[in-house]
Amino acid sequence: MDFALIAAAHAQTAQQAANAAPKMDPLHHFQVVNYINIAPLGFDISISNSVLWMWIVVAVVFGLFRYALRNPSLVPGRMQSVAEAGYLFVDNMINEIIGHEGKKFFPIVFTLFFFVLFCNWTGLIPGSFTVTSQLIVTGTLALAIFVFCIFLGAYHHGWKFLGFFVPHGLPPALLPLMVPIEIISFLARPVSLSVRLFANMTAGHTVLGVLFFFTATMAWFGAWLPFGFTVVFTGMEIFIGFIQAYIFTILTCVYINDSLHMH
Amino acid sequence: MESLPASFIGMGLAATGLGGAGIGLGYMFGKAIEAFARQPSAEGQLAKYVWIGAAFVEAIALYGLVLAFIIMGKG
Repeated sequence: MDFALIAAAHAQTAQQAANAAPKMDPLHHFQVVNYINIAPLGFDISISNSVLWMWIVVAVVFGLFRYALRNPSLVPGRMQSVAEAGYLFVDNMINEIIGHEGKKFFPIVFTLFFFVLFCNWTGLIPGSFTVTSQLIVTGTLALAIFVFCIFLGAYHHGWKFLGFFVPHGLPPALLPLMVPIEIISFLARPVSLSVRLFANMTAGHTVLGVLFFFTATMAWFGAWLPFGFTVVFTGMEIFIGFIQAYIFTILTCVYINDSLHMH
Repeated sequence: MESLPASFIGMGLAATGLGGAGIGLGYMFGKAIEAFARQPSAEGQLAKYVWIGAAFVEAIALYGLVLAFIIMGKG
């Protein structure tokens, strides 16, 4: 018998087996699907699942706070305590980093924190869509903060805001070296801010996707192991979702503080 | 070199960034535990910064993942 023929037959069987097995596709749930196509004047403002889940997140946060504060009392009930804890958390953060002047930035920081937090958390519901796993969403948020901070600095300091790029107490000979570095690190802010959130959400959900695939395809005597990991990782993701929302807002506070007080 | 194998090698190389994040996490938590052992009363204040630092360090490793995705898109 010809060995080449046997090898070819084996290769064909292996190919068929590989084709029959379910394919692992952990990036499938990051796909943006357009439900209603709207594109006037070449601008794509279609209603996609990303947009839909952003609306749901806004509705959930708004509804939660309206429900919690529907009849506020001096001695808070259970739901009112939750709302007040959220308020105090953001308030403390602003007081620590910006100080008393930070009071007027409370609305933007509070909104950012709860929007990002609930985007991260609703993404953990099976079948939902993680809005913050899209670079365009986090990038838009980060760029908006970046531009806001530049205008804030220009409004408060005028042309002196350019002194932001000149570190204090530096020998003048080092200035040509340090000023470009400061400018680059300033321009890298929106990039790092957006990519951090996006990468954390994408990586966590990809790991969850891989583990769920193992759970679904393994035999029953092996499936408990990846299933246990999915439980642990979901808890981990809840924690990471909170930490990332916290970091996003705390860095926003730091940037606002830099614009107000120049280092 | 063929594009597909090259992209697989590139994605693997992008994953080596994990090493740096591992060193960073180990160093940071080690130092944090040292600090807690020296001054147990400061644990509540310091733990906050430890978790923020951990998230920062992990984000560095995840930039490697983003690079891997970019290479996967090109390959």
